[in-house]
Amino acid sequence: MNPKELIARRVAKELKDGDVVNLGIGLPTMVANYVDHSLDITFQSENGMLGLGPVPDPEHEDWDLTNAGGKPVTMTTGGVFFDSATSFGIIRGGHVDITVLGSLQVDEEGNIANWIIPGKMVPGMGGAMDLLVGAKKVIVAMQHTSKDTPKILKRCTLPFTAVKEVDMIVTELGVMEVTDKGIVLKELAPGVTAEEVQKNTEATLIISENIKEMEI
Amino acid sequence: MNKLISKKDFVAKIFDGASIMVGGFMNIGTAEEIIDELLLTDVKDLTIICNDAGLPGVGVGKLIEAGKVKKLIASHIGLNPVAGQKMTDGSMIVDLVPQGTLAERIRAGGAGLGGFLTPTGIGTIVEEGKDVLEVDGKKYLLEKPLKADFAFLLGHVVDKKGNIVYNKTIRNFNPLMATACEHVVVQARKIVEAGDINPDHIVTPHIFVDYIVEGGKQ
Repeated sequence: MNPKELIARRVAKELKDGDVVNLGIGLPTMVANYVDHSLDITFQSENGMLGLGPVPDPEHEDWDLTNAGGKPVTMTTGGVFFDSATSFGIIRGGHVDITVLGSLQVDEEGNIANWIIPGKMVPGMGGAMDLLVGAKKVIVAMQHTSKDTPKILKRCTLPFTAVKEVDMIVTELGVMEVTDKGIVLKELAPGVTAEEVQKNTEATLIISENIKEMEI
Repeated sequence: MNKLISKKDFVAKIFDGASIMVGGFMNIGTAEEIIDELLLTDVKDLTIICNDAGLPGVGVGKLIEAGKVKKLIASHIGLNPVAGQKMTDGSMIVDLVPQGTLAERIRAGGAGLGGFLTPTGIGTIVEEGKDVLEVDGKKYLLEKPLKADFAFLLGHVVDKKGNIVYNKTIRNFNPLMATACEHVVVQARKIVEAGDINPDHIVTPHIFVDYIVEGGKQ
């Protein structure tokens, strides 16, 4: 299984019946492909809808019905459209249960940096800062390292997107929870050891007593 | 009052240095035909307020490429490399604002509010130069309202009084911008008589709309 699929499959297990979920662009979007269809999960898209459905076939694309990446999507039964102020009222107001985002860096305190590389890349924060402070649970879904450089650090070196907001990190090596004491390694991907995860992580991991294999 | 106007007559009202709010999200819900008409004029030094920088050759991206934009206030410019390049070389000022804060600043501008308190951006670059207030032990940034001279909206069905119905995700920033600008124009895909739209379905009330131009697919 490729690393992105592994990550998306594991994150999908975190989604519970009745949850309102916002998925970021890129890898996080893949999570929707692996959700248990017996669960009632509502996907929110910050450009103004609840009830985001699967990507349509090219012949059924409707360019008035798009996601936050500006790409055609579909709507599930009972979906609803609204303006951007309502959309971010939903987000900041704590009405989104889970947000899943990619990241450049995450650190021991749960700080996250994913919107700017000064002097190199300035895409802007879009809705990420609001999602991070507003969602009840923040899951970072990303590859563990960037070209062998650790992304899980003692302290982010890039400008923060939000302070102490990350709750969980899912990578192709394992599942980690951010706690007041630091980052706890709770699950290992099949065939991966805790030592291997630590070797690819700058932050000092706390190995959970109940560490187990990642459920996928 | 007749609000119908030609695109040419409308853009003739826009002056050098004007501020313009442009609805749309990655160009979905953007009044493209009004932008195209504006490109035919000599107007320059504009401040554009929009969710994003559009795409190269699309939406506000066209105004940026034409060198008409002095300042862009947006939440994201990542899909328009031309905007990034102009930001880096200093030929365009870019003020990046978190998307929810941008929406709420526009709402506040239209609703007569002096600003609002948001937790978004606390502890980040966004906090720089802003007042931090504590309410019940939690920190918030004071964000100020945003207004502009003009708003360009895209409407799906618009009646001759100016009541607007949107379609799906084209709504986004359009209804907010309608409230926060001095001169508001809607590009209407379809124009109907007043009374033809169920009043319960109207999203933008006619009092916010000054001009209607016909244009765009239905």
